[in-house]
Amino acid sequence: MESEVRLMKGNEALAHAAIRYGVDAYFGYPITPQSEIIETLMAQRPWQSTGMTVMQVESEVSAIHMVYGAAATGKRAMTSSSGPGISLMQGGISYLCGANLPCLIVNVMRGGPGLGTIQPSQADYYQAVKGGGHGDYKLFTLAPSSVQEMADFVSVAFDWAFRNCNPAMILADGTIGQMMEKVVLPPARPRLTDDEIAHKYPWAIDGARHSRIGSNRIASLELDAAVMEQRNCERQHKYELAEQNDARAEATLTADAEVLIVAFGSAARICAKAVDLARAEGLKLGLLRPITLWPFPSAYLREAAEHARGILCVELNAGQMIDDVRIAVESRILVEHYGRLGGAVFTPTEIVSAAKNIFKL
Amino acid sequence: MSVNTKDIVYHRPRLLTDNNMHYCPGCSHAAIHKILADVLSDMNLADNVIGIGSVGCSVFIYNYIDIDWIEAAHGRAPAVATAVSRLNPQKLVFTYQGDGDMASIGTTEIIHAANRGENITVIFINNSVYGMTGGQMAPTTPLGMKTVTCPDGRNVEQNGYPLPITDLLTRLPGTCFVSREAVTTYKHVLHAKKALRKAFQNTLEKRGTSVVEFVATCCSGWKMSPVEANEWLNTRMKQMKMGRLK
Repeated sequence: MESEVRLMKGNEALAHAAIRYGVDAYFGYPITPQSEIIETLMAQRPWQSTGMTVMQVESEVSAIHMVYGAAATGKRAMTSSSGPGISLMQGGISYLCGANLPCLIVNVMRGGPGLGTIQPSQADYYQAVKGGGHGDYKLFTLAPSSVQEMADFVSVAFDWAFRNCNPAMILADGTIGQMMEKVVLPPARPRLTDDEIAHKYPWAIDGARHSRIGSNRIASLELDAAVMEQRNCERQHKYELAEQNDARAEATLTADAEVLIVAFGSAARICAKAVDLARAEGLKLGLLRPITLWPFPSAYLREAAEHARGILCVELNAGQMIDDVRIAVESRILVEHYGRLGGAVFTPTEIVSAAKNIFKL
Repeated sequence: MSVNTKDIVYHRPRLLTDNNMHYCPGCSHAAIHKILADVLSDMNLADNVIGIGSVGCSVFIYNYIDIDWIEAAHGRAPAVATAVSRLNPQKLVFTYQGDGDMASIGTTEIIHAANRGENITVIFINNSVYGMTGGQMAPTTPLGMKTVTCPDGRNVEQNGYPLPITDLLTRLPGTCFVSREAVTTYKHVLHAKKALRKAFQNTLEKRGTSVVEFVATCCSGWKMSPVEANEWLNTRMKQMKMGRLK
């Protein structure tokens, strides 16, 4: 399959990108607002083309542990869900991190807590970037703000996950998942063969003990505290390197910004319009959009905020990313939050008004 | 003194490692591990098998049987095995699970994996208690049996009935072979070996889910000597249907 220009929903684009990337397996359970991912995969029948396995399974708990099983054999495995389902997966995500296994988890966020609502939200920020399950671990967390990025981040996430032997997450929201835009789908590439997997990933379980020096095992249990500490330190070292090298952000009109808006995902799309409106009024607003939420693009933020007298952190939640923004600027700049909760979404004019009121522009 | 290999009538299973097992004296796990290692060797499966371990006393099974292992979270082995089997269809995939793991926290996973007829073998070790955590009541604990979390004996009012998980699995169209075995006597060991061989053969031939339950002892959890535990289990087995259930 060649590269192709299409008009489609973010959820659909992500499913197509997964097939084209050569993902080996998807395991999922329906939940709004992301069910188009599994529906698109089933409609495409990739088991007939690339050999990809697609399964609708009995629960999100089973789905994440199937991802664990597939990942343990060196396969590219993924799942997707929304808040309530992602919460159920947290134990499995911790096991994946504990066993140093790569995979992709997609969260198309909806309003919570509890069953909440099916409207878009960004209230799972803490859960994604602060370690939602038990133990010290991180997820490489990408925040798409367009249908194109829903497609593009599949390869970015898997490449990072396999390079670092750690799960990656695409943290989208109902708006990005449901809205339709033009998207350029990447050309298709074949799935790795079993021989290629055995060569590239010597840690992978393949049940071929005698073809190697000894048997392989994938496990996270270790009762010797000294050994366990050493394993944890190695994991943290991996995270430190990622924090130094892998953060991404997009800066718009930040060089002369008096007030810097920091927003991710769908909120950043609305904030980009707000910046345009403000500039038309002569107000010097700029926008920094974190593309990776972990590692948080602190250096980009400090640079973008160099001449700003204030930062407005705009999120579809009660104020979660604002913690990382304050840490990044070491509280040397006034950082305020503007948000809407539980599925409500702000307008660009609302954000301009908020910036004017808070920073007396 | 050298031994003529022709004179050897029995040897330790080649796939058992030299590691000292951590199991309590009289625990059935050791005998079942030995049977498993023997059957895998006899069927020449060492280079063609992926085992899925679980949480419980057998969590360290990867230290004792020298094949590729994946350690699953509590109860999730059938989900892990589903993915491993689907993505590696040329391999024999089996789970090794206790009764707390499979019949309590993992009921969803085993019911759905078996109902889909996944091509896996499930080795189910049923010792009626939670062994590793100190002998608490399990879903399989018989009525009247005392444990540290039912000190007056399991009763229906407080704890409900024991869950006949293996019998439930016989009712599912996805299971092709279900057997209940024991290792309390040599006769039982021989029978259990045959059952395990049959289960693995079914899995290799992709006939669906095979389940081999081992009714097992837990001397520490039951607070009995190995001899008492074996005698008690032999008495209990008279009230159970043993051997092939499906």
